[in-house]
Amino acid sequence: MSELVSEDIKEPHEPALALHVEDLTVSYGDRPALWDIDLDIPPGVMAGIVGPNGAGKSTLLKAILGLVPISAGHVRLFGHPYRMQRRRVGYVPQRSSVDWDFPTSAVDVVTMGLYGELGWLRWPGRSERDRALRALDQVGMEALADRQISELSGGQQQRVFIARALVHKPDILLLDEPMAGVDATTERSIINLLRQLREAGQTVVVVHHDLQTVQKYFDWLVLLNVRLIAAGPRDEVHTAENLRRTYGGQIALLDDNDRPA
Amino acid sequence: MTWLAEPSVAIVLTGVMVGMSAALLGSFLVLRGNSMLADAISHSILFGIALTWLLSGQTSGPLQIAGAALSGVFAVYLIELLTRTQRLRDDAAIGLVFPALFSIGVVLINVYARDVHLDEHTVLLGEIGFVWLDTLAVAGIEVPRATLTMAVMLVIDALFVIAFFKLLKLATFDRDLASALGLAPGFILYAHLTLLSGTAVAAFDAVGVVLFITFVVVPPAAAFLLTRALVPMILLAMFMAALSAPVGYALAILWDVSISGMMALVNGFFLLIAYLLRWWRGVRAGRAEALVQPPPSSSA
Amino acid sequence: MIALLSDYTLQTVMMGALLIGVLSGVLGSFAVLRGQGLLGDTLSHAALPGVCIGFLIVGGRSLEGVMAGALFTGVVAALVVVFLHQRTALKMDVALAATLGLGFALGVVLLTYIQREAGSAQAGLDSFLFGQAAAVLRRDLYPMAVVTALSLLMVILLWKPLKLMSFDPAFAAVSGLPVRLLEITLTAMIALAVVVGLQMVGVVLMTAMVIAPGAAARQWARSLSGMVLLSALFGAIAGVVGGVISALAPGLATGPVIVLTATAIALVSLLIAPHRGLIPQWYRRRHRLQHTSTDRILLTVYELAREHGDWRYRVEQGAVDAYHGMVTEPLLQALVERGHLQPVRHMPDEGAHWQLTDKGLAHAEDCAARWTGGSRLRRSEPVG
Repeated sequence: MSELVSEDIKEPHEPALALHVEDLTVSYGDRPALWDIDLDIPPGVMAGIVGPNGAGKSTLLKAILGLVPISAGHVRLFGHPYRMQRRRVGYVPQRSSVDWDFPTSAVDVVTMGLYGELGWLRWPGRSERDRALRALDQVGMEALADRQISELSGGQQQRVFIARALVHKPDILLLDEPMAGVDATTERSIINLLRQLREAGQTVVVVHHDLQTVQKYFDWLVLLNVRLIAAGPRDEVHTAENLRRTYGGQIALLDDNDRPA
Repeated sequence: MTWLAEPSVAIVLTGVMVGMSAALLGSFLVLRGNSMLADAISHSILFGIALTWLLSGQTSGPLQIAGAALSGVFAVYLIELLTRTQRLRDDAAIGLVFPALFSIGVVLINVYARDVHLDEHTVLLGEIGFVWLDTLAVAGIEVPRATLTMAVMLVIDALFVIAFFKLLKLATFDRDLASALGLAPGFILYAHLTLLSGTAVAAFDAVGVVLFITFVVVPPAAAFLLTRALVPMILLAMFMAALSAPVGYALAILWDVSISGMMALVNGFFLLIAYLLRWWRGVRAGRAEALVQPPPSSSA
Repeated sequence: MIALLSDYTLQTVMMGALLIGVLSGVLGSFAVLRGQGLLGDTLSHAALPGVCIGFLIVGGRSLEGVMAGALFTGVVAALVVVFLHQRTALKMDVALAATLGLGFALGVVLLTYIQREAGSAQAGLDSFLFGQAAAVLRRDLYPMAVVTALSLLMVILLWKPLKLMSFDPAFAAVSGLPVRLLEITLTAMIALAVVVGLQMVGVVLMTAMVIAPGAAARQWARSLSGMVLLSALFGAIAGVVGGVISALAPGLATGPVIVLTATAIALVSLLIAPHRGLIPQWYRRRHRLQHTSTDRILLTVYELAREHGDWRYRVEQGAVDAYHGMVTEPLLQALVERGHLQPVRHMPDEGAHWQLTDKGLAHAEDCAARWTGGSRLRRSEPVG
C-alpha cells in the first residue's frame, strides 16, 4: 500500500473504504497527540472509537476533518481527501464546545449545515429551510424547530446537532461523544437513531467514553491511546488483552525508547 | 440642505451613525466572547493615527482611516502572536500590547505633533461638539467632514455584514464547522476586526476611543438580554445605540456636560432597562409556570 | 547627574514612582497568575469618576480625596462586573468591557461638569488620564506610602491563602478557605494598585503596570515568593526610569514612558529568561539538533519500517519530526549524503518522504544489534 505513488490528487485511493487513515501523526507542541495511525473503516458499519482521556479521540476526528494540522500521513474518505468530499461527511461536535446562549433557533442551526453548499454570498432561502425541517423531522425534533437552542434539553440539543450533520445527506457521520451528559432515556433514543442511519446504509463513527456500553452499541471498534491499539469487528477487537493495553497507562511510541542518543 | 451644517443636527447625526456602525459590528464581537478586543483595538489605533500623521501629514480622510485601521489589526495580530508563545494568557497578552501601542502613540504626538490638531485628549475623549466646524463641500453642499466619514463607514460596515451575514454568524457560533465546510472563518473574522478598527478610527474624532468601546459592547449586550434571534438582536442594538445619540445630546445640553460622554452613558441606561425587563419577564414567567405546571424536569 | 539626583522635585518623582512600581508589581503578580489582568483595565478606567467625585466632595485637588473616590468607584465597578457576569447570561469579557466603557463615560461627564463649576482647577484632574510626574508633591507621597504599606502588610499576612488561591482555587475551596472573601480581597488589591498609580501613570494605562511586571517576573521566577519580589523590582525599575525620563523631558506624559519601560522589561524577559525565554528555547532546540546523532534518526526510520513490516517503507519527515520534537531535515539530508537514506515521494498531499537504502538498512541493523545486545530478531530476508 505504501508503494503507491500518485502525483494526481484526483485519483482515488482506497475508494472501497468509507474511511482510510494511513501513517497519521498529529502533534501539539513537542509531543505527538496521535502517532502513526493506520485505520480502515468499511462502509455501513457503526464504529466506536474508545480510549482513555488524552488518547487523541477528538483529535482523530478533527484531523479527519482537517481542523487540526497533520504532521504526517493522509486521510481518505471514500477514496478522496476530505476537502473534495465535504458534502459526504457530517460532523457532530462535543456538546460542551457549543455556546448554547447564542441567539439562534434549532432550524437555524440545522440550516448552517448547508452553508457550505451556498458558498460565500448566497443567503439561505425557502428550500434550505425545508431541507432543515426534514432533517429535524428525521430526528423527531420538527415540533421544536423555532425554539431557541438554550431552551432545549441536553438530549434535544444533541439531536439538533445530529440533524445539522444529516441535513446534506452525508454518507459518513462523525460524532464526538454524543452521549456525554445526557440521561439514559436520551442515550437510548440517540443510539436508536444512529442504528436507523446505519440500516439506511450510512457509516457511523462515534467517539465514545463509556466502556460498559461499547459492546452493546457498536459492531466495529477502534481502540486508541495515542497509537492505534486495535481496530476491526467488535468481537475480534474487544478482548481483555486489548483493553488492558489501551487503558494500561503510557504507551511507548517506538521500541527504541530506551536507547542512548 | 443647510440644515446639515446646523451644529445640533451634525452632532446628533454623527452620534447616530457612530452608534449604529459600532453596535452592528459589536454584536458579533460580544457573541464571540472577544469584547476586550474592542478595548485593545480602539486604544491601539492611536499608534496608527500618530504614525500616519507623521508619514503623510494627514489627520483625516480615507488614507488616514486605512493606515490607522491597520494598527488595530496589527494589535490583534501581536496579541495572537504573544498567546501562541504559550508564555502568556490572553488577558496578559491584551494588557501588554494595547497600552504599549497607545503609549508609543502618545509619545509620538508629544514629541512631534505638539501644535497640530491631534492630541491624545481628543483621541481619548472626542470632541463631537465641534464636528460641525470642519466641513467639506460635496456637490455644492457643505457637509461636516466627520458626519460624512461616519456615513461612508456605516455604509461599508452594513454592506459587509449583509453580504457575509451567513458566514459571520457561522464563524462566530461554530468556527470548526465553518472550517469543515471550507468557508475560511479566519479570513471573515479578520475582515470583521479590520472594519471594526476602521470604524474606530473614523469615530475617534467624534466620541474618542474609550467611549467607542461603550457603543461597541453595551447596546449588543442589552439587546442580547432581550432577544433570542440574531437579526432582531442586531437591529435592536443598532436602534438603542442610535437612540442614545439624540437622548444623550439633549441631556448633555440640559446639564452642560460632555456630549459624547452623555451619549455613551445613555447606553448604560438601556442596559439597565434591558436587565429589569428580563428580570420582570422572569418573575412573571416563573409565577405563571408555578400556577400551571410543576417545575420542568431537566431531561427530555 | 549628582545635581540632578539631589533635585527636590526629581527625588519626589522617584520616590513616588518607586512606591507605584513596587505595589503594582506585587499585587499584579496575583492578577497575572489568576488571569485577571484585564480587571485592572476596567477598574482603572472606572477610577476616573471616582477621581471626580473625590474632587467634588473634598473640594480640591487633595490626593487623599481623589484616592478615596477612585477606590470607591473601583470597588463599585468590580461589583458591577460580578453582577453582570453572574446575574445575566453575559460573558465575563462583555461584563468587563461594558463596565469599563460606562465607568469612563461617567468620568468624562463628571470631568466636564467640574470643568464648568470649578474652572481652571480642572487642568489638574486632566493629568489623571495619562499621569503627570511633575504634578506630584512631596505631601502626596504620604497617602501613597500609607496605602502601599497597608497593602504589602495584607499580602504578608494573607500569604498562604493567597498562594493557594493563585495556584489552585478549587483546592482552596475544598480545604475550607473563605474563597469568596479572598477573591474580594484580591480584587480590592487590584483597585488599590490602581489608586496608588493614578497620579503618575494615569487611569488609561494603569493596566500595563498591573500586568507587565508580573508577566516579566513569571518568566524568571520558580516560586511565588520569587515572582512577587522580582515583580516588585521590575515595577520599581520601570517606575523610576520612566518617571525620571519624563521629568527630565518636559512635555512627555509620564504614564506612557513608564508603561513603555515596563513593556520593554516584559519583552526582554519573554525573550531571554533562561527556562521560559524564547531565545534559550530556540537555542536548546538547535543544540539538541546538533547533538542528536544521525544514527539515532536512522534508527527511528528503521523502527518505523520494522513496525510496518516493510524495509522499503516510505517514512514521512513529519513523523520523524514529531517523534523527535524538532525539524530533523538537516540530519535526514546528512543520511542521504552518507547513502543510508534516499528521498522518495508518496502521496500528493503529503510532505517529504525517506526510504532506507541497503547500506542504511545494514548500518541500522548494526546499530540496533549493538544497542540491544543482538537480542532482537533480524530481518529474515532482504526486501526488493
